[in-house]
Amino acid sequence: MSEILERPMSTTTAAATPLVKVRDLSVRFVSRDATMHAVNGVDIDLAAGEVLCILGESGSGKSVTLRALMKLLPKYARVTGGIEVAGRDVQAMNEGQLQDFRGSDVAMIFQEPMTALDPVFTIGQQIAETVVRHEGSSRAAGMARALELLELVQIPSAKRRLEAYPHELSGGLRQRAMIAVALACKPKLLLADEPTTALDATVQIQVLLLLRKLQEQLGMGVIFVTHDLGVAGEIADRVAVMYAGRVVEEGPVAAMMKAPLHPYPRGLLGATVHGGMRGQRLTTIPGAPPSLETLPTACSFAPRCELAEPACLAGVPPPNSPMPGRSARCILVPNLP
Amino acid sequence: MTCTSSFVDRGGPAQPLLLLTGLKKHFPIRGGLFGSTVATVRAVDGVSFNVRKGETLGIVGESGCGKSTTARLLMRLMDPDAGSMVFDGEAVGQHVATGGITLKEYRRQVQMVFQDSYASLNPRLPIEESIAFAPKVHGVSPSEARARAHEILAAVGLAPATFARRYPHELSGGQRQRVNIARALALQPRLILLDEPVSALDKSVEAQVLNLLVDLKEKFGLTYVFISHDLNVVQYISDRVLVMYLGQVVEQGPVEAIYDRPAHPYTRALLASRPSMDPATRRTEPPLTGDPPNPINPPSGCRFRTRCPFAEDVCAAREPVQTDMGGGHEAACHMAEPGSGHSQAGRLAA
Ligand SMILES: Nc1ncnc2c1ncn2[C@@H]1O[C@H](COP(=O)(O)OP(=O)(O)OP(=O)(O)O)[C@@H](O)[C@H]1O
Ligand SMILES: Nc1ncnc2c1ncn2[C@@H]1O[C@H](COP(=O)(O)OP(=O)(O)OP(=O)(O)O)[C@@H](O)[C@H]1O
Ligand code: SF4
Ligand code: SF4
Ligand SMILES: [Mg+2]
Ligand SMILES: [Mg+2]
Repeated sequence: MSEILERPMSTTTAAATPLVKVRDLSVRFVSRDATMHAVNGVDIDLAAGEVLCILGESGSGKSVTLRALMKLLPKYARVTGGIEVAGRDVQAMNEGQLQDFRGSDVAMIFQEPMTALDPVFTIGQQIAETVVRHEGSSRAAGMARALELLELVQIPSAKRRLEAYPHELSGGLRQRAMIAVALACKPKLLLADEPTTALDATVQIQVLLLLRKLQEQLGMGVIFVTHDLGVAGEIADRVAVMYAGRVVEEGPVAAMMKAPLHPYPRGLLGATVHGGMRGQRLTTIPGAPPSLETLPTACSFAPRCELAEPACLAGVPPPNSPMPGRSARCILVPNLP
Repeated sequence: MTCTSSFVDRGGPAQPLLLLTGLKKHFPIRGGLFGSTVATVRAVDGVSFNVRKGETLGIVGESGCGKSTTARLLMRLMDPDAGSMVFDGEAVGQHVATGGITLKEYRRQVQMVFQDSYASLNPRLPIEESIAFAPKVHGVSPSEARARAHEILAAVGLAPATFARRYPHELSGGQRQRVNIARALALQPRLILLDEPVSALDKSVEAQVLNLLVDLKEKFGLTYVFISHDLNVVQYISDRVLVMYLGQVVEQGPVEAIYDRPAHPYTRALLASRPSMDPATRRTEPPLTGDPPNPINPPSGCRFRTRCPFAEDVCAAREPVQTDMGGGHEAACHMAEPGSGHSQAGRLAA
């Protein structure tokens, strides 16, 4: 087994403290003529070695939530709430601390690998540079690690590919190279923003299986954003469904896929075309999500919900938990102690 | 309703609406000092198939396999380098005197809807004007064109009183795609080419648009060619399915045959690559390794041989031909063709 896999997990943040603890995260984008309430009170808990998928409609705040975890949002974003990753207070970090934090504690991969790769350096140089910067090792050691990483992400002829520039690689190989760069310093937490969405079906499943394998081998925590229920089915331990900047349902993937609690994921599941639905009328969710220019003060799903009643407009439904490990922001879901 | 198709069904229901034979489109890649051709992308490389009257023909295949180029050829947004197109018995682009149909008339009967709902609408026109534009160009009076636009808006589920005067930026993605569909319907076409029509939409909105497409087809007696990389959506909507790989058709047939008894190794791998919604049936090995090769230098013989687990010498030596396995189910693979020289020749029966 390769050297990178033998390095033990740092044990300072053992199971006692969760890897990620987000409390009441809110993000507003304020400009002269409008305010966008992108994220409105999100809680996230992630244990070391756990995979959480964030699902949700376009604009529901998935990417903004992910970026907040790395403090990657633009200056004009107003971020409130608590963000703790690997026992560190992300909000309180200064630039120097962030530099060290990004890469060694947490790394991120994207849908479009060219946003993460530098076009003027070879793949080998980019990985080696990250290793040298974070671990103070020699250039030669950095290059050796780079080769090991390219082999780890199953890039064929890895040795030759060290010399390749990003544009010389196919889509699937580029995605793998980006994963290799992200894993260079063995982060405890990997943030993935739709990393397989742009890939072909036969390549997407290769990259998904690779990510799952690496996650297990390295014991990484992963937060994986997707709008594809199938992708969540392949990779998630737990799922959080976002709607209008809030997590409306959260729970283990199997239970969620089988019987969602909240009317929105229930509608989503019914509207998702899968095999054997030929000739059937598809269930739809009428209407569209709300604009987030004003902060929703009631259940945001109410205008589209067929179960809506006056009580749904009284306030934002709290996360009710009918059984351990599952919760939904819907007044029809019982909250059992 | 005045919007029913005004075109006569010339050849009767058994005559294919569109018959395509040996279509080719190669794109030269220019480079060097004098812009000479340094390579050729064989985007569509000898494609033959029929579109039957009243059916939905689904086209699937990975990025770059030539789906959109095929659609653009069908729409005659570009001329093929080789091959022929016959529309309801009439050769496309030939003189009426010699039994042809002019490009202008053909383009009226065939319309297209693209993935990007925003880019295909004029941002400065209220949507009723966008919809009425083409009929006016074709000589319909402005008041009649407007009345027709309102009728079609209602048919795609956008109340004209609320939506007719709105601009594209005042609509959601799903509403904009409805407008694009309305615009395609405005000339009362017989065939609509849908190139990834729901790919940019959220799942909850995708279902609305798919239901709408099913309704409109029934209502107006339309024929669809439906292109998508979403295998579940294609299975849902199609009567027959065409599978493409690197510019060629590798398999085609009735939707049940393709999904229940896929014959070509590529089709099998593609279908097996669909993520499962059930965490209990996760797999551990991907059905295929590697990426699709580049259409600039496709492999000799069978283009799938570089990724095919069954490849043998004959696969590199000779291009497989479409072999009928019964019931209109065809595959281009040496294993389907009796006597091809492959050790499993003829074993792939339907
Ligand atoms: N930098 C920014 N400035 C202003 N608004 C922003 C910015 N980034 C995101 N937003 C807005 O915040 C909201 C949430 O965006 P986000 O990117 O998190 O959505 P998402 O759930 O990732 O959607 P998608 O599935 O389309 O990627 C959107 O309305 C978006 O327009
Ligand atoms: N105008 C053009 N000039 C040069 N090459 C082109 C042109 N249009 C398409 N191609 C190339 O032809 C091949 C087929 O492209 P096409 O757009 O038909 O694929 P597709 O199957 O629709 O893919 P996708 O699923 O990504 O939409 C690709 O390699 C593409 O890069
Ligand atoms: S709180 Fe009311 S409106 Fe909201 S999802 Fe539940 S039933 Fe529907
Ligand atoms: S012809 Fe040969 S290489 Fe091609 S799909 Fe069939 S067995 Fe595989
Ligand atoms: Mg996003
Ligand atoms: Mg295309």
